[in-house]
Formats: sequence, structure tokens, C-alpha cells
Amino acid sequence: MRHNAVYTPYHPRWHRTRVSTYWWLGRWSYFLFILRELSSIFVAWVVIYLLVLVAAVSKSAVRYQQFLDWSRNPFMLSLNILSLLFIVLHAVTWFNLAPQAMVVHVGGRRLPGSLIAISNYAGLVAVSIVILGLLLIRW
Amino acid sequence: MYARRPIEPLLWLFFSAGGVMAALFFPAILFLFGIAFPLGWLAPPNYDHLLAVVSHPLTRLVLLGVCSLSLFHWAHRFRYTLYDGLQIKHLNESINAICYGGAVLGTLTAAYLLWKVP
Amino acid sequence: MSDHITLHVARYRPEKASETTFDAFELPCPKEWVVLDGLNHIKDRMDGTLSYRWSCRMGICGSCGMLVNGEPKLACATFLSDYAPGPVRVEPLRNFPVIRDLVVEMGDFMSKLTRIKPWIVRQVEKPLSDGEYRQTPGELDEYKQFSMCINCMLCYSACPIYGLDPHFIGPAAIALAQRYNLDSRDEGAAERMQILSEHDGIWGCTFVGECTKVCPKHVDPAGAIQRYKLQSAVEWVKAFVLPRAAQ
Repeated sequence: MRHNAVYTPYHPRWHRTRVSTYWWLGRWSYFLFILRELSSIFVAWVVIYLLVLVAAVSKSAVRYQQFLDWSRNPFMLSLNILSLLFIVLHAVTWFNLAPQAMVVHVGGRRLPGSLIAISNYAGLVAVSIVILGLLLIRW
Repeated sequence: MYARRPIEPLLWLFFSAGGVMAALFFPAILFLFGIAFPLGWLAPPNYDHLLAVVSHPLTRLVLLGVCSLSLFHWAHRFRYTLYDGLQIKHLNESINAICYGGAVLGTLTAAYLLWKVP
Repeated sequence: MSDHITLHVARYRPEKASETTFDAFELPCPKEWVVLDGLNHIKDRMDGTLSYRWSCRMGICGSCGMLVNGEPKLACATFLSDYAPGPVRVEPLRNFPVIRDLVVEMGDFMSKLTRIKPWIVRQVEKPLSDGEYRQTPGELDEYKQFSMCINCMLCYSACPIYGLDPHFIGPAAIALAQRYNLDSRDEGAAERMQILSEHDGIWGCTFVGECTKVCPKHVDPAGAIQRYKLQSAVEWVKAFVLPRAAQ
């Protein structure tokens, strides 16, 4: 144990309740929290999916076509739709919570949190446009 | 300033950076390759085009950064999800090894794969 | 019976039973009555043995925190009419041992409060003849939000992490540490960081964010904790890049 144990004195008359293992099912906000935390699994999945794509592309055109076929099978498709929902949940919660963690001063003035959130979304739009442009426009 | 230098701040920094990367890059990437191309909403880029994009050094560098940081994001968040959601903090040593070890392995794999792109 | 409301009040009487039971009381419900008025009515007219803490009845002493329908609330700032037609469940704060009825044991919170040195720390005290420590309104604004905390412990009750790990130093204590760190007169940030950068300090927090939602004073402890993490990480990097300069 890394902790230096600190014991609250035992008191036979105090009533203590233990937190249930399923505490996150008890309230909607706790459940949303655990969904937000579980989005990390789908983040990891997207990394794997992306790396499979990169591996296919670096091999050959045939492998790339195989990847595209593979992505069309119903299981992969539903997994990816589910993943996109979680990724969006992650992005929205992340951008909305960022102003609480970040305080930015410009010229001695504190920027309002909404401005930080808006600039986050602007960043998302910019990055998305670049990705779409790179992949969809022939140059 | 600190006698002992805990690693927690660094892990948190990776977690945050990865959270930003995943939030910025993954919606578009996953929408295209996971849904829009398979369903035929949009035509996927042809092979030469995609290869040209992926093999550009800047793309590889960005992809490596995004993949690695996102994996550390997963490692950190998933570790705490296991602690809090299942109350298995007593297994912390094996959980840490799996999570952060997984992120390190994933980073190495990503580096190898991106290096091998012709 | 729209002018009446039923309160289900948690009773824990260790000399009688080892478990919590609920007593139902039917009360009048004028629209200006808060939960605390209801409890006072019960205590004065119906059952004098009911135990609960209260003092100021105006949201400043922080003693009447309890769960109203499962939500951590100040009993003096929660209107009964908002819960009409009822019934309303009143319980002691979650995550704390219960001593009796609605009274919880807060020794743990008190010891955590003192650990973060919630006072202005000076390396060298100025002699009294040099006058006061001056501060601009801008410098006051930096920490004012965090200084509004009334130690009502609603945030501890809302925090699942504190419930899971009682070692976690918790929302209000960290927000108060931040209140002093951000004070231009204070020089104790490094000392506090040493306590809070421990594992059961800021790093235990996973930003559930409930502490901020229940705070009756809009202190935003969750924000304070995340800001602290960012600051700690930045300092870590600084110390790594420039080991000498950070000394």
C-alpha cells in the first residue's frame, strides 16, 4: 500500500454505508459520466482501425480494397456507428469541460469560458475540413 | 521544489493532449472511413491518392502523434474507469501495466507501421 | 390536500436500532417554507427527538446540508413547494458516517481542511508598521469565486470518488487551497502543491463534475481541481526542462 493508512476512529454507534459497485447506475449524471469515461475504449478502437488502414495502404491497392470491403460488413459498420456516437460524446464533453480547466488571460483580462469552448469547436471544424479536403478533393 | 517527483502530472498531460487529439481528429476520420465510405455516401479516395496523402512525412508525423497520445488518453481514462466503476483499485499494479504498457506497445506499433509506408 | 406535504425523514437511533428507518410526517406546506422550516415544525410540534444541524437559515453557515430526494441540498435553501405534491425524502449527507438521524460525522473533512493550510502563508511576515497587504480588484477577482465556500460538504456528498476512496482529499479542500494559491498576498502555493500532488490529492479526481453542480455558492470545485492539475503538469514540465530554474 502506498497510502499511509489514516484510520477514522472506530465508533460502534456510527452508521456507515458502503458505496455499491453499481453506483454509476443510480443517477443519470453518474451514468453519463461512466459513458464518457468508457468513450476511451472507442478512442483506442479508432486508433487500431486507423492503423489497420495504414497497414493496408502501405501494402498494396488490393489490400486497401480488402479493407474497404471489410469496413462494409454489418458487424464492422455497426461497431463504427457505435464508436462514432462515443467519439462525439467524448468530443462534446471534452470541449464543454475545457473552460473549467483552462483560464486564459489576454491583455490582463480573463477570457470568458464560452469563448474557449467556441474556439475548441472552431478547431474541430478546421481540422475536419482539412481531413475532408485531403481525402476527397483530387489534386 | 519536490523531493519526490511523481509521474502522475506527465501521465495526465498525455491524457489531456490525447483527449484533444481524439476530439479534433477522430470524428471526421471515423465518419469517413467507418460510415460514409462503407455506406457509399461518399466515394472513397482511390489508392494512389490515399497513398500520396499517407506517405507525406507531415501526415505520418501527425498520425503518429495522434495515435500515440490517443492511446495514452485511453490508458489513463480506462485505468480510472476500472478503479471507480468496478472498485478494483487493489489490482492497480496489473491495471497500470496493462493500460500504460498497452499504450507504449501501441505507440511502437504505430511508429513501425508509419515508418513502413512506402 | 394540496397545502400539505409528506416528509419521509431518515431516522437513525443507535440505541434502538442498527439500521436507518424512515418516519413519515405530514406537514403544512406554505409556499415560503423551506425543508428546514419543515424539520423545525416536526421538532417543535410533532417529534422532539429528531436530530439535525442548523444555524443561520440563510445559506451562509453551511450546517444544514442533507439529501433531499437523493440530491445534496442546503435544507434552508430548498423550498418544499418545489417538491409538491411530495412525498419528500430527507436523508443525511451521503459518504459520511451518520451519528444520529440527519447528523453526520465531519471529523474527516475538518482534518483535510487543515492539511491544505487554508490561510495566507507568508515566507516572511511584514512588520505591522508597514501597513496592510494591498490588493487590486483584479487580483481579488482571481480567487473570489473560490472564497465563497461555506464548508457545507455538499460537494463531498455528491462526489463518488470520495465515497469510493475516503483518502481522497476532496472538492472543497482543493478549491480552498486554490483560493489561497491564487491570492496575490499568499506565498504558500509550493507547500500546498506538495500535499495536493500526492496520489490522493488532485489526481484521484476524474472530473465527474457533480461537486460543481451541487455547490450552493457556485464555487466550481471541479474547475479548481482541473486547473490545479494543469498547473501541476506545467510545473512538472518546467522542472524537467529547466531543473535549475524551477528550484
